[in-house]
Amino acid sequence: MADEKQNPEYSAPAIDWESRAYWEGAGRGELVLQRCRDCGVVQHRPRGLCASCLSDDIEHFVASGRGEVYTYSVVRQNQMPAFAKAVPYVVSYVQLEEGPQLLTNIVDCDPDTVTIGMPVKVDFVPTPSKNGDVLGVPRFVPA
Amino acid sequence: MSFSGKIAIAGIHEYESRWAPDKTSFQIMGECTREALTDAGLTLSDVDGLFCASMASDAMMPVQLSEYLNIKPRYLDGSNIGGSSFVSHVAHAAAAIHAGLCDVGLILYGSTAASDAMAIGTGNSGGRDPGAAFNTPYGMTLVSSYAMVAHRHMHEYGTTSEQLADIAVSTRHHASLNPHAKMQNPITRADVLESRVIADPLHLLDCCIISDGGGAVIVTSLERAKDLRQKPVVVRGTGESVAHREIGAPDLTTIAAKQSGEQAFAMAGLSPADMHLATIYDSFTITVLCTLENLGFCKKGEGGAFVENGGIGLGGRLPVNPDGGGLSSNHSGMRGIFLVIEAVRQLRGGLGARQVEGAELAVAHGTGGYLGLMHSGATLILSNS
Ligand SMILES: [Zn+2]
Repeated sequence: MADEKQNPEYSAPAIDWESRAYWEGAGRGELVLQRCRDCGVVQHRPRGLCASCLSDDIEHFVASGRGEVYTYSVVRQNQMPAFAKAVPYVVSYVQLEEGPQLLTNIVDCDPDTVTIGMPVKVDFVPTPSKNGDVLGVPRFVPA
Repeated sequence: MSFSGKIAIAGIHEYESRWAPDKTSFQIMGECTREALTDAGLTLSDVDGLFCASMASDAMMPVQLSEYLNIKPRYLDGSNIGGSSFVSHVAHAAAAIHAGLCDVGLILYGSTAASDAMAIGTGNSGGRDPGAAFNTPYGMTLVSSYAMVAHRHMHEYGTTSEQLADIAVSTRHHASLNPHAKMQNPITRADVLESRVIADPLHLLDCCIISDGGGAVIVTSLERAKDLRQKPVVVRGTGESVAHREIGAPDLTTIAAKQSGEQAFAMAGLSPADMHLATIYDSFTITVLCTLENLGFCKKGEGGAFVENGGIGLGGRLPVNPDGGGLSSNHSGMRGIFLVIEAVRQLRGGLGARQVEGAELAVAHGTGGYLGLMHSGATLILSNS
């Protein structure tokens, strides 16, 4: 494991009924995406309807958790207390195998070694909520 | 039927100080109203349309501002699409005046961002949208959202930090000619590259400053403007747009300016090559480069070559932000109104050392929001005849 300093501390995400399946999936160690049964489009972030055809016939499925870095930045300044102590850390859009891109952190590597196109795989941090929901936050590590 | 050529900007004012700890934002807007009305040769009782937005995102702002100014406009527009709002307000005012819904539109902005010690680019984590829960865990600051666009641009087109730095250098040179600019000491490419990195690949000097400030713009029909104090600056074309994280695989370097620019140039019957100068929201150096490409001043990927070595400086192929921009003159949180004001000043002429010689046509373009997450664009094309 690399220096924990590069890893922001996650708290339980704010969930609603549109996003519950995603965060609960992360709590089980699964990256859950949505697929529209009418037009077949895979979408992220989750919504109550398909943002391509407005159908509400949406299914959830477990994605491979593999992808590559589409772009990234090493954040070296953030005044917010939760992140001030984590700098430098990497924010990134990861291009998932299933199509969508996802905003995340790349951890467990020297931030200066991250490159566009680098293969990555998902990793999960458990973030139990106060009311007992088993949730988690997905992040990515070098594959 | 388009309002192109029928609407004019008749009055402007930019609050002169960049530090106003003894003022409220409404007081700044009140003073700007007074000065812009004087500039136009109008009085407060002539104002019957009010257009405003603020960092506070207060949904009732047009009502509160009407009360503060003791006016009762018959047209109210508090639409807030980020820092580009005031560029789009010119279009909204033009449409309302053209439709007969008001005669004199007052566009206002005021802020004490600096004296409130707001950490605009580095004190946040990914926006306030309905999907914010998917962003906030990861600490995506405003700066890093733009920085991710910069990295992608570098990856696809070979754009360099040196080319981005040259945007900051040209802009600072312009600021050195503007006695009201916050930062007037000249800088070099090396100064930019040696300044600390805020979010790779953007350095401190790739980022806009934070100041206090405000401004007012008065819009009316060209017919009425002809009888007023200043030579009218005519609205030729307008456009607005959004760009966001589409479902699928979005292209981060195609920004909202593409759609709004195409619309504005089509309405004006003009092309980028006709423009004598541009005022472009320079929240970060990468914003300027992407905007120039998407407005069509150069091909996608050629922005680096376009801006380097003084290409966007006074005397260059396209002078951009001759007032010193948000990078060096004035960035009080939302900069759109200053883009309009400087374009109008340049088209009126007589600015001395920072005057773009022979300026007859100008484009102003505002970007609002997080470039790499979701943002708005508003384009305005102006002429002095
Ligand atoms: Zn669908």
